[in-house]
Amino acid sequence: MTLDLTQVSVTHANGVQALRGVELHIGAGEQVAIIGPSGAGKSSLLNLLGTALPPASGEMQVLGERVWQLSARQRQRLRARIGLIHQAPPLPPRQRVVTAVLAGKLGQWGMGKSLLNLLHPLDVSGARAALTRLDLSDKLFAQCQQLSGGQLQRVGIARVLYQAPEVLLADEPVSAMDPVLAEHTLSVLCRHAREHNVTLVASLHAVDLALAHFSRIIGLRDGQILFDLPTDAVDRERLDKLYANEQLQPSPAPPSPLSVQIPRC
Amino acid sequence: MLTRDTRDPASGPRLLLCLLAFVLLWPGIHFSELDLGVLLASDSQSEMGRFVAAFWPPAHGDAFIELLLQATLQTLAIATAGMALALLFAVPASLLASRALSLSAASRGGQPGYWGQLLRWPVRGLLIFLRSVPEIVWALLFVRAVGLGPTAGVLAIAITYSGMLGKVYAEIYESVDQRPAHALLQAGSGRLTAFCYGILPNVAAELLSYTVYRWECAIRASVVMGFVGAGGLGQQMDLSLRMFAGGEVASMLLTFLVLVLLADQLSRLLRWRLA
Repeated sequence: MTLDLTQVSVTHANGVQALRGVELHIGAGEQVAIIGPSGAGKSSLLNLLGTALPPASGEMQVLGERVWQLSARQRQRLRARIGLIHQAPPLPPRQRVVTAVLAGKLGQWGMGKSLLNLLHPLDVSGARAALTRLDLSDKLFAQCQQLSGGQLQRVGIARVLYQAPEVLLADEPVSAMDPVLAEHTLSVLCRHAREHNVTLVASLHAVDLALAHFSRIIGLRDGQILFDLPTDAVDRERLDKLYANEQLQPSPAPPSPLSVQIPRC
Repeated sequence: MLTRDTRDPASGPRLLLCLLAFVLLWPGIHFSELDLGVLLASDSQSEMGRFVAAFWPPAHGDAFIELLLQATLQTLAIATAGMALALLFAVPASLLASRALSLSAASRGGQPGYWGQLLRWPVRGLLIFLRSVPEIVWALLFVRAVGLGPTAGVLAIAITYSGMLGKVYAEIYESVDQRPAHALLQAGSGRLTAFCYGILPNVAAELLSYTVYRWECAIRASVVMGFVGAGGLGQQMDLSLRMFAGGEVASMLLTFLVLVLLADQLSRLLRWRLA
């Protein structure tokens, strides 16, 4: 198994419990989509899998290693094999796109090569190839601050494609793109994962995209896994239950079968 | 119900902070014995008038201009050499003292680990020590050690300014968005490379303008240290003041004005290039 979570809980620094007793096993080369309402813990789960967040309790293994028992040096080496695509890629505004993409390999390059690359990009063709797959090669030497939100997201994806990790995690990777571009970008990600036998886990707020591109769907709600099914077993009823929001109902609320009012503040 | 609807939870602490600032500032005026009335007394006014009247016209004899030029160059050299030495120490120290390079902060929501915090303290302490002793004291010390001349000034500037630069650099690193560096650390990169790729692009302009401003301060400081025999314009000014040559002092003050103006323009130019 590539990703193993056993009864894992995550508590943020402000005391909010983001995940409760999550049980999740994902094998090598699987393509999994995580869906669920806002605040369900999708980002927390991806950050947990990407070793950006330590679990508060429970057992966790990534690529066969107990991440949080490793020394800092070993953990950094393991992290170089994991790629996390951020919803809003954190890129310095004045950095050039080529540098931002090449930074994907910092975990694999030595310090000398990394610093040299900052003065003169060492693999322009590699960066261009990654950007070309996302139809962004004309922005190679632009500054990040000149790009739109959707273009920045594609730069973030190009960085992770260039990193070529064994586990690819994506947190709402296409949320700022138009439908056609989102469709194209997701298929690029999925094809890359298939061709290189990369494990792909992506959170999406567009359910139709998740159903169209992924073979396994995980429904997350209030920090717990509601369902974990192959795509063809996901039906309307489950989705309605996943996204049911009793707090948004117009008043006076009709007595609904889902009368459990979960306090959220 | 109405009070609960309009209540802002931040207003209480804000009011308290304002009160606290007032309570702290009020005794400050008493302890510093600030009395602006003295300036208006007639005898002190005429004394100041006589002092300033001697400044006109500024001295501009050929021999003096040559002397002035030499002293100016020496002052610039003291400030630049001192800053260069200070940077040699300040840059590594600021990287050690700053939380921006904390590996544990990347996975703890920006909160560094306890051990890292503890290890940063000795470096911070050293920086505090270096800048808490004024450069004039270091200059007096080094004049005794290496004799009269610019070397004492260079060493004094190097020591005090490494403390100042190190502290402020460390704080500038922490003041910008840490997420780019954290994202790189989470992708396995080393700390120094994450710093260079994630933080340096954001802080470069700020670092540059602060460094140029400090260089300007170093020019002024080297002048003050000239009074205790550390060379440059200050030493000349000390001599001119002792000989009551107001015109020469005026020329030197004008030179200062030009130097500060140039430093300001340089900073503006560099910031514009980097922006």
